[in-house]
Amino acid sequence: MTDTTRKSARPVPPAAPAGPERAAAAPRRTRLTRGLTPWLFLIAPLALLLTFTYAPIANMIAYSFTDWDGVSPELNWTGTGNYTELLTRSELFEVFFVSGYYLAASVVQIVAALYFATILSFDVRFRNFFKGVLFFPYLINGVAIGFVFLYFFQDGGTLDSVLSLLGVGTDHAWLGTPFSANTSLAGVSVWRYTGLNFVLFLGAIQSIPGELYEAAEIDGASRWHQFRYIIAPGIRPVLSLSVILSVSGSLSVFEIPYIMTGGATGTETFVIQTVKLAFQFNKTGLASAAAVVLLLIVLAVTWVQRRVVPDEKVDLV
Amino acid sequence: MTRRTVARTLVYVSLILATLVVLLPLTVVFLTSLKSSEEMANGSGALALPDDPLNLGNYVTAFRDGQMLSAFGNTAIILVVAVGGTILIGSMTAYAIDRFRFRFRKLVVVLFLLAALVPGVTTQVATFQIVNSFGMFDSLWAPIALYMGTDIVSIYIFLQFIRSIPVSLDEAARLDGAGAFTVYRKVIFPLLKPAIATVVIVKGINVYNDFYIPFLYMPSEDLGVISTSLFRFKGPFGAHWETISAGAVLVILPTLLVFLFLQRFIYNGFMRGATK
Repeated sequence: MTDTTRKSARPVPPAAPAGPERAAAAPRRTRLTRGLTPWLFLIAPLALLLTFTYAPIANMIAYSFTDWDGVSPELNWTGTGNYTELLTRSELFEVFFVSGYYLAASVVQIVAALYFATILSFDVRFRNFFKGVLFFPYLINGVAIGFVFLYFFQDGGTLDSVLSLLGVGTDHAWLGTPFSANTSLAGVSVWRYTGLNFVLFLGAIQSIPGELYEAAEIDGASRWHQFRYIIAPGIRPVLSLSVILSVSGSLSVFEIPYIMTGGATGTETFVIQTVKLAFQFNKTGLASAAAVVLLLIVLAVTWVQRRVVPDEKVDLV
Repeated sequence: MTRRTVARTLVYVSLILATLVVLLPLTVVFLTSLKSSEEMANGSGALALPDDPLNLGNYVTAFRDGQMLSAFGNTAIILVVAVGGTILIGSMTAYAIDRFRFRFRKLVVVLFLLAALVPGVTTQVATFQIVNSFGMFDSLWAPIALYMGTDIVSIYIFLQFIRSIPVSLDEAARLDGAGAFTVYRKVIFPLLKPAIATVVIVKGINVYNDFYIPFLYMPSEDLGVISTSLFRFKGPFGAHWETISAGAVLVILPTLLVFLFLQRFIYNGFMRGATK
């Protein structure tokens, strides 16, 4: 059983059969210790995994059916009350619309990343400089980014100054209305995360053998055809990974809006709301229900993606 | 021919525009950090150059009043312990899973795989209660334990790498009488160096930049890490953008230096980390 998974996982299993046969051939005493040894290595990792990943999930599901406030010893079973509240109190569910801005932003982000990865995979002057510039924002501390862009969008800040330099005088309060604020914040998210997508795409494009381009060039293929028929198929796995990362990322946005606006003027996201419910209003039960809903949505999205784009390289160990 | 030239020009124009979009907000903050509060009050505009390009007064204020020294100290402690722990945990898990056949091996693998799908932000409501019940709340142990215990990506990186180490090396060592632990310590671990470098870089940058976990678990001011200490600038320095800018530059500068010196490793690291 184990052997089949191993073979499908590894295209070249030169040493694969070592495990079982070796164990079977060994004398009885060694076989016993063999059986225990892996567990000695796994005790600590498994303990941490169960304590900090699985126990919280189990507890969270349990809390979501209670009215617990997170501190007091007593708690009451409320059945599906929290879920009904979540689905019927519209203001609790409206935060999901904010995710729409970030979802739209991630489309921009992926397209921009794809564009720059494509042009920088060809021969361009100062290639490494441009690559570094595009990637660097991804490495910057989120709080620093928040402050940089608070100043950027401030009244008389960077953006206003640039606009007036271009002759477009404006006193628009960029973070003043829900639409403008969410668009601005989503823009910051594009600024921050495009670099990661870009580097992933660039890596995938560069792993395409160069002869393919040469052959295409000889056959008279244009740059667009090279992109369409060589690059696009080559980066499909990375592209689908980026899409899933963006969707689950858009649903669980926290840092940028929390740091920049604290969730004011309609920029509250689902995670900000959950954190506030749990740690400011002590509604652990309701917050847990919200977190369970988010978890289910993210898992569903992942599942759909796995069905729609079956992973070419199923390398699950 | 002309079409090609036009296309080439457009490519460069778009690249220069992108460079401006990336660098302009950062440059302005850097310029602001060098201005005095009088200059800021005069309203000379965000793009104006500072009168004295060597005015480091704001950095002194930010460093001292913003408690950046203890913030860097706390971050360094968490970084070293958590990254060290992640390397041990990840390499041990990978060794056990890849080199041994045992009962419930599949179950263990599935447990680690599924955990990778759970976004950490969603479960903090309940994780908080567990961390609290261990008495780790408001101590450096909370982020250390969480960074160590919930990092599945590093395990993937080690797993991928350990597969490329030939099993014949283990066997040779075993014939010389080495036990499983000696094989791990003397054969596998030293050969994992490239994977360790990747994990150090990816994990290190993530820990350095993380805001959510220290913000939730370490509210005490003297336990501030760089993210949370910088975040606290928002209150006391209110509209003092020159000080806030200096704080932001102080936080970005180490990242920039690391990036400039380790560029190649960083690209590879994040590529391996994300595509696992």
